[in-house]
Amino acid sequence: MQFNIEVNNQQVSAKRGETIKNVLDRIGIHVPTLCYMNGFSPTGGCRMCVVEVDGVGGLVPSCSHPVTEWMKIKTHSPRVLNARKVLVELLLAGHPDDCLYCERSGSCRLQDLAAEMNIRERKYIGKRRKIQIDNLCSSIVRDPAKCVLCGRCIRICDELIGVSAIDVIGRGTESRIGTAYNKGLNTQTCVKCGQCIMVCPTGAITEKSNIHAVIEALNNPDLFPVIQFSPAVPASIAEEFNIKASKDILNLLRAVLKRAGFRQVFDTSMAADLNIMEEATEFIERFKNGGKLPMFTSCCPSWVRFIEELKPQLKPGLSTSFSPQQIMGRLIKNYITSSAGQKSENVFVVSVTPCTARKHEADHDRMKSGNSPYVDIAITTRELSKIIRLLGIDFNSLEPEPSDTAFSMRSSSGNLFDISGGHLEGLLRTIHFMMTGQEMSTLKINELRGLKQKKEARVKIGKVVLNVVAVSGLANAKMLVDEIEAGRESFQIIEVMACPHGCINGGGQKLDTDEKGLKFRMKALYDVDEEEIIKVAHKNPIISDLYEKYLAKPGSEQCRELLHVSQFKAELT
Amino acid sequence: MRISIFVFIMKEPIAELLSKYPVNRKEGLLPILQEMQREYGFLPEELLGEVGRHLNLPVNKIFAVAAFYDYFRFKPQGHHHIQICRGTACHLAGSSTYLNELEKHLKVKAGSTSRDRKFSLELMNCMGACESAPVLRINETFYHHVTPEDLTRIIRSIKDKTD
Repeated sequence: MQFNIEVNNQQVSAKRGETIKNVLDRIGIHVPTLCYMNGFSPTGGCRMCVVEVDGVGGLVPSCSHPVTEWMKIKTHSPRVLNARKVLVELLLAGHPDDCLYCERSGSCRLQDLAAEMNIRERKYIGKRRKIQIDNLCSSIVRDPAKCVLCGRCIRICDELIGVSAIDVIGRGTESRIGTAYNKGLNTQTCVKCGQCIMVCPTGAITEKSNIHAVIEALNNPDLFPVIQFSPAVPASIAEEFNIKASKDILNLLRAVLKRAGFRQVFDTSMAADLNIMEEATEFIERFKNGGKLPMFTSCCPSWVRFIEELKPQLKPGLSTSFSPQQIMGRLIKNYITSSAGQKSENVFVVSVTPCTARKHEADHDRMKSGNSPYVDIAITTRELSKIIRLLGIDFNSLEPEPSDTAFSMRSSSGNLFDISGGHLEGLLRTIHFMMTGQEMSTLKINELRGLKQKKEARVKIGKVVLNVVAVSGLANAKMLVDEIEAGRESFQIIEVMACPHGCINGGGQKLDTDEKGLKFRMKALYDVDEEEIIKVAHKNPIISDLYEKYLAKPGSEQCRELLHVSQFKAELT
Repeated sequence: MRISIFVFIMKEPIAELLSKYPVNRKEGLLPILQEMQREYGFLPEELLGEVGRHLNLPVNKIFAVAAFYDYFRFKPQGHHHIQICRGTACHLAGSSTYLNELEKHLKVKAGSTSRDRKFSLELMNCMGACESAPVLRINETFYHHVTPEDLTRIIRSIKDKTD
């Protein structure tokens, strides 16, 4: 039902069921927000978006208040402006005021609000809360002292990830964001996806920084530092440093990393190709011999942790193959650097990914042989851009540098790994070839592309039709799994990525990502798929070379030893 | 492992307790927690998972609900559980000094349990006995119109009982 309302003495039409904020957005009036998240349930907790409504005593939050006929709204009256200012001043009253040393300085919503409201002096001095920093987890650090209790992290963890690792503990002035029994995040069901970092308006939740360790390794004369980067990294770095997409970003990034002091630079896409080969073999074996189906992909560490912690009954369905990051680490330490005359204990593998859970994965006990981890340090794209700035490397003065190791040849299938649906697309191409001996007639699977969070496809392979699905956002995966367990849906292969739309929107990406940035990253990866000559993993010459020299054939004894998890966490508390 | 032994011992009683409540019905949460607290004296960390499985709720959500209420405890009670009233009337009658005395002599902080689990000290907002202020309660015994001399005697007596 359409009707008119009055906003700042101007008539506008509105629909029943809309909130005031929906209308204001449509007509281009901006009200400041803090706890509001587009697409999530509004809480109206921060009161930053308050407006004055004629006939209503108090100010109402526009994000959660529905419009009614002939409502008269004032969005920027002196009363409203004053209320907002006082709110921010009160938020700042208990804040530690250490902006100079804060991780989020410059990208902090609270800082922005204070500047917007023109707050330039401390009006109220509140009690400082002394709550211990939670830094036991290898991916995420929580500093509750900087928290403004907006609850964005809780909502994203509940509604998008479906894990609920954190919640508001206590009541009134004692309330804070915390975990059960005030333990560290490492003991919780937290899957380390890092989406809470992306939505935190202040520096209360940040990633654990490994920058120092990387710089130290680069300057250690005994070590042989090498680096691998995920497919999504070049586009994200280009976005961060405003480099035109038309440039040869990939080789430019190689030049930058070489300049930073890494002795060899690898593309994780190659390991992704190997992952495809192993997973395809595993699937075909399960499919032919009646093994456990559906097969879940295991390249997302958050998803693996989710299954281990919350759905242990699904563990047999997980593919046993390592994720590309760990495969690359194993290959580098076992074969590649030894051919360059380096001992494996001197090799220091750094991995750049758009993901915070990779830090946890690299640190995991089952990802180590003896004391030596397969990947020594994992950093996010955010950290890489900081390192590049720290070392004063200028993109404009560098020339793109083609790879100098043979092990960087990749197929575009491996390169699609960082988009939801892309991994599945690459996997199906190889499964088709392995089962029928022929390539697919059209390699592009349109059903698996686009910005949906659940993408189903039916793919004909020879005489059989495979039912496959790619879901992103763990809460969606949880729903899908429940449906499957109830017998209402059935699939043969399920690709899951914890972050919405896949790693391109990962917890280690640039903060304040909007849909435009997402599309840019997605397009960059799909463009590579259009242009690259080798489009399927099984045609990658390096992969066949690796199998010939070291690994015998896909799924062989050597592969199981080197590239597969022998067992997932057995016991669950 | 410490946890598994505890769960092993408690598994049957908790299963019996939970069986009285329908599965996946969130409205059963508070009654379950209350019954657990009556049964064990506090909410044991190891058993909240069982409750979560029964009601299909994340443990953190359950903890957040329980932490909202002062009634729920997350640490075991001491042998002598002391509740001291901090309401207005008792405050005017000097209960803050009494609190300090108790904390000093029994070596226990307000809201917690001493290390040897002999004493636990809980603050009450008002016990509803303002005419007899100051009041305190130790296990099932009430003390009213407590004078400083009374307090010294009480402290000595409960200390003697445990030694």
